[in-house]
Amino acid sequence: MKNRVWINLLMAILVAGLFLTASCAKKTVVTDATTIEDQEKAKLEADAKAKLEADAKKEAERIAQQKLVDQMANDKAQKEAQVLAAKKRFVNQDIHFEYDSSQLTAMAKTGLKEKAVWLKANPSVIVSIEGHCDERGTTEYNLALGDRRANTVKSYMGNLGVAAYRLKTISYGEEMPIDSGKTESAFRKNRRAHFAIN
Amino acid sequence: MVSFTMNKRYCSWHMVNKIILYTLFYCLGLHLFFLVPLYARDYDYINVTNPFLKKTPVAVTDFKTFNGHAEELNIGKTAIGILKEALDFTGYLKTMNPVAFLSNPAESGIQLGQINFRDWTGIGADLLITGGISEVDGKITLKLRLFDTFNTKLLIGKIYTGPQSQVRKMIHLFCSEISYQLTGKWGIFNSKIAFVSTINGKKEIFSCDFDGHNIKQITSHKSISLSPSWSSDGKWLAYVSYANGKPDLFIKNLEEKRGSIINYKGMNISPDWMPGQKKLAAALSFSGDQEIYLLTLKGEIIKRITKSWGIDVSPDFSPDGKKIVFSSKRSGTPQIYIKDFESDRPIRLTFNGKNNTSPAWSPDGKKIAYVGIEDNNIDIFVMPLDTGTPVQLTMNQGDNEDPSWSPDGSMLAFTTTREGGVSRIFVMNASGSDPRRLLSLKGRQTQPDWSLSKGTEN
Repeated sequence: MKNRVWINLLMAILVAGLFLTASCAKKTVVTDATTIEDQEKAKLEADAKAKLEADAKKEAERIAQQKLVDQMANDKAQKEAQVLAAKKRFVNQDIHFEYDSSQLTAMAKTGLKEKAVWLKANPSVIVSIEGHCDERGTTEYNLALGDRRANTVKSYMGNLGVAAYRLKTISYGEEMPIDSGKTESAFRKNRRAHFAIN
Repeated sequence: MVSFTMNKRYCSWHMVNKIILYTLFYCLGLHLFFLVPLYARDYDYINVTNPFLKKTPVAVTDFKTFNGHAEELNIGKTAIGILKEALDFTGYLKTMNPVAFLSNPAESGIQLGQINFRDWTGIGADLLITGGISEVDGKITLKLRLFDTFNTKLLIGKIYTGPQSQVRKMIHLFCSEISYQLTGKWGIFNSKIAFVSTINGKKEIFSCDFDGHNIKQITSHKSISLSPSWSSDGKWLAYVSYANGKPDLFIKNLEEKRGSIINYKGMNISPDWMPGQKKLAAALSFSGDQEIYLLTLKGEIIKRITKSWGIDVSPDFSPDGKKIVFSSKRSGTPQIYIKDFESDRPIRLTFNGKNNTSPAWSPDGKKIAYVGIEDNNIDIFVMPLDTGTPVQLTMNQGDNEDPSWSPDGSMLAFTTTREGGVSRIFVMNASGSDPRRLLSLKGRQTQPDWSLSKGTEN
């Protein structure tokens, strides 16, 4: 009887051994799993790289876009500056006259043609044509002469196709010189038709 | 010895609240023909516009003080100062230095019988003025007399009464009497001068008395105001102002603070009153051409005066209102033309030079003063209508513009830049002599317009 116990025990050990062997085989599979982890890591890295690349691309696109916007803004600013410059030129470039004359010189006509172009490009603008004189001549005569200069300019602008209602006239005679000097050049500057935007 | 005629009149001055003047004529009965010995051949009166006129010496003596107190003495001295200044302002009288006087009427008597005329003819005084003053409770009484020393005659005797503040006015009323006696005209002493002055960079209209005293600012538009023009009665002033943004005509009754604005399209400038009427001529450009029109006070067009393409501006009526003188560019350069309303035909007056403007018709109707520009020299000329030969009154003394005749025609007020290039108002005798500054004021002064004298108030 005692021998049977031992045999059973031996059997149990054997079975246990068998089980242990089985668990050894399972250990090999675990070794294979380590490779998968590496693969996953690589994939992650690849993903990150792709993302980086995408980001870079996006950034590049954004920059390109920004550049375009900047370019457009720049263009717009430049255009606006041009418009402003044209407007400034319109306002600042006076039409000049000979002494005691309200007739338009060739230069005056050129200047007025440019002004007419601008007025046609800016159809909502209404202007005052101011007639001015140099200080020679009496106050009252110069008021009349300034009136005549403004009227002459208005009618020439009318001939160039600018509607009369957009052109008001006013004479300031010798009351508003831009150069108070007593020289010929001062007198020349003061004999003018000035365009003021209303 | 002297027959007295009492003549009480009320004189209400527009600036003064009900001052009553009692005017007492000592010596009447005859119209006295006062003859200035040297120039008596053709004239009963001094010809104040005679360019060769020698000034008549006048002795102005100390005033007799009736009550003898210090106040009387002081006011008397002030009055004498005003009197001498006024007489010297004329182009035809010259007050004498009292150092030469041989007698003192303030003590020996100021009336006809008390004057020893040889004391005065002996020192060359053609005329003698004596005065007496009394001050009682702030009421001043001035007794003033003018004598012809050669003919030993009393020419004027007047009594003026009023508060101390009116002493200046009383003296000037007496001066008007002197003027009327000597020249047949009421003279300048009751006249005013309107002008333009800059104040804080803006042009406003001002007025002052004939001698530059009593300066008053009339407009406060804070804009550009120009070309003042008095009506004949001195009650209205027309002027140009940009107060509403463009040159319009403003017509103002200075006493009643009412008026109107004439604002046709374009310019509304250079007003001049028709003598004795409430009508004015002005240059308007509503038609696109600068033409002269006759207007009512409200700006209704009575008629168009000029009819020519080109500038027509600066009208000035003849004293009788039958003609008008103006500047026109109809011939290519600005020249002066006269139009007779009856014939309706303009006649060109100026042929010398390329720029003649700003005409002013003399009160006697015989001359036109105007501005001529040649080689950038701006000067004042006078054209006698009978000869048509212009006489230059200013030369090499800066720019000279805006001539305006004194009401007696003895002087011209004008604008000049002779003092440091700054525009000032000067007066000169009609012959161009004795130019002197009228007033001292900050800024620049231009465009004087001398009113007529209100002879009826004298």
